[in-house]
Amino acid sequence: MGSRASSLLREEDIEEIKKETGFSHSQITRLYSRFHSLDKGENGALSREDFQRIPELAINPLGDRIINAFFPEGEDQVNFRGFMRTLAHFRPVEDNEKNKDPSSGEPLNSRNNKLLFAFRLYDLDRDDKISRDELLQVLRMMVGVNISDEQLGSIADRTIQEADTNGDMSISFSEFIKVLEKVDVEQKMSIRFLH
Amino acid sequence: PCKDIEGSWWLANVLLGMWISVVLALTVLPAMFGLSLGFTDLYIKVLVKTLEWAALRIQRAQKVPAVPCHLPNGIIQKGDSSMEEEIMELRRMHPHPLTGGNFTLCDTFYFCKKGIESIVEDQVTQRFTSEELASWNLLTRTNNNFHYISMRVTIIWGLGVFIRYCILLPLRIILAATGLSWLVIGTTLVGILPNSNVKDRISDLLHITCYRICARGLSAKIHYHNKENHPKKGGICVANHTSPIDIVILANDGCYAMVGQVHGGLMGLIQRSMVRSCPHVWFERSEMKDRHAVAKRLRDHVADKTKQPILIFPEGTCINNTSVMMFKKGSFEIGKTIHPVAIKYDPQFGDAFWNSAKYSMVAYLLRMMTSWAIVCNVWYLPPMSQQDGEDAVNFANRVKSAIARQGGLVDLSWDGGLKRGKVKESYKEAQQKMYSSMIVGH
Repeated sequence: MGSRASSLLREEDIEEIKKETGFSHSQITRLYSRFHSLDKGENGALSREDFQRIPELAINPLGDRIINAFFPEGEDQVNFRGFMRTLAHFRPVEDNEKNKDPSSGEPLNSRNNKLLFAFRLYDLDRDDKISRDELLQVLRMMVGVNISDEQLGSIADRTIQEADTNGDMSISFSEFIKVLEKVDVEQKMSIRFLH
Repeated sequence: PCKDIEGSWWLANVLLGMWISVVLALTVLPAMFGLSLGFTDLYIKVLVKTLEWAALRIQRAQKVPAVPCHLPNGIIQKGDSSMEEEIMELRRMHPHPLTGGNFTLCDTFYFCKKGIESIVEDQVTQRFTSEELASWNLLTRTNNNFHYISMRVTIIWGLGVFIRYCILLPLRIILAATGLSWLVIGTTLVGILPNSNVKDRISDLLHITCYRICARGLSAKIHYHNKENHPKKGGICVANHTSPIDIVILANDGCYAMVGQVHGGLMGLIQRSMVRSCPHVWFERSEMKDRHAVAKRLRDHVADKTKQPILIFPEGTCINNTSVMMFKKGSFEIGKTIHPVAIKYDPQFGDAFWNSAKYSMVAYLLRMMTSWAIVCNVWYLPPMSQQDGEDAVNFANRVKSAIARQGGLVDLSWDGGLKRGKVKESYKEAQQKMYSSMIVGH
């Protein structure tokens, strides 16, 4: 028989996800259908291979780092809650107007949380600092074989020089925010979900 | 009492025999002459009315407005600016002017957003599963998000199940079995005749009749458009591929020389007998690897103007009929006229896509025979040839676009082989190269 995707998602689950992420009911069912179609093993969780099966993601230079962002520390599987929680970072900020709930704390798609998501793409060891090595790693992923080590090294040095205000030769999260304060993060790190 | 039982068995046998004969007479004779008795048309009309009624009732019963899972517009709205435009915009927002090496920490935003967008919705993975319907068509298999509606709809659905499984399925199996066995027996017999015009004409008639019987076995209603562009002898016919049934659909309106790999079992038997009555091109698995040998055999066949046009599916695999994927350039290097054909199935009556990862051939055929019907449109496009200075890849893409446009399908450059294989590293390398040129300003 065909898949019964949405019948596996209970109303209570949908309500909880709604509260946590801010997605609407129809967006959640649609994203659950997508989650289910990616889940080739049909075990209610996605593995890294499931993500890599998406060709457009496999050819993205930062594909592996983006996939990593979905998986909590040391785990190989992400369930639907985790999937939605990560995607929630990319909800547009305007959509928050309807769900103003003062007790729920900072929403996942706030400017701060979007910047934190981008910061964590660099900061692989989660020590809240982007070291020269970590910056070089990301640069190498994005340029492939087209730029020499020396040139890449000097680009990394210059970037750290510009951002580093406390002289520890690495970029902390607050330094990261300061450098990017004029960037329209809300628009560049948001995806327009249709209802 | 014994005689009574014997008598009633005999009577049952006679009745069964009569019934089968009537059925065969009503289908075989019209099939030979290409006539239609109108049963299928009437059935389709009744079906359409019923499905419309069901759709209305479902709409009325839905408290939340029905949101199908795969809207034609998709889940998200993507921008269509290029990598360069997006990254330049990010750079403009950066406070410090950069000298000698353009990199900003926010460059990653572009790749990040593109990556997340492709996780939510991508152009490729959705092509390898069946198309989702906007409104339920009363088949259990497509019931993804439409729950219990009302007693009346459920009764009609139940009636549908009974009609499809208990009445239509046995009928269709008999017809398909008849069609296939006549094909095997008939072509073997025709093969005994000496080569002549008469033999060719008998062979053509036999092929068409058997394919028509098979089409009845699927309750197929096919609408052919632009018959003046029908592929001619000595030409190459290319079409988009959705299922093995494509062959039956096309062969109902003309004779083609099939191209394919030699199989074992029943398929192999059919292949061996078919080739006795008229030339088809069957390749051994080992031969397929040698592209030059393959091209030579096809070229030789096409050069012979007495042979039927060859039928090729350049995608190389079954796609779900919402898009046309990359055409392999092999068939376009032979250098003859290409006759493109677009096939579009109507998913309302039955899902024709063969998801070979999920269903075996037998399971697939059973699904086909328990659908409502197979309704499709076939468009014959005007012949196309390679232009001066155009290489095979561009020619293939030109033909692909023409077919996609005619069939209302999405034109993709992605390879259908991505169904099973990994994407080539060269695509990622191309992106890295483009980005590098933005950093060091080449």
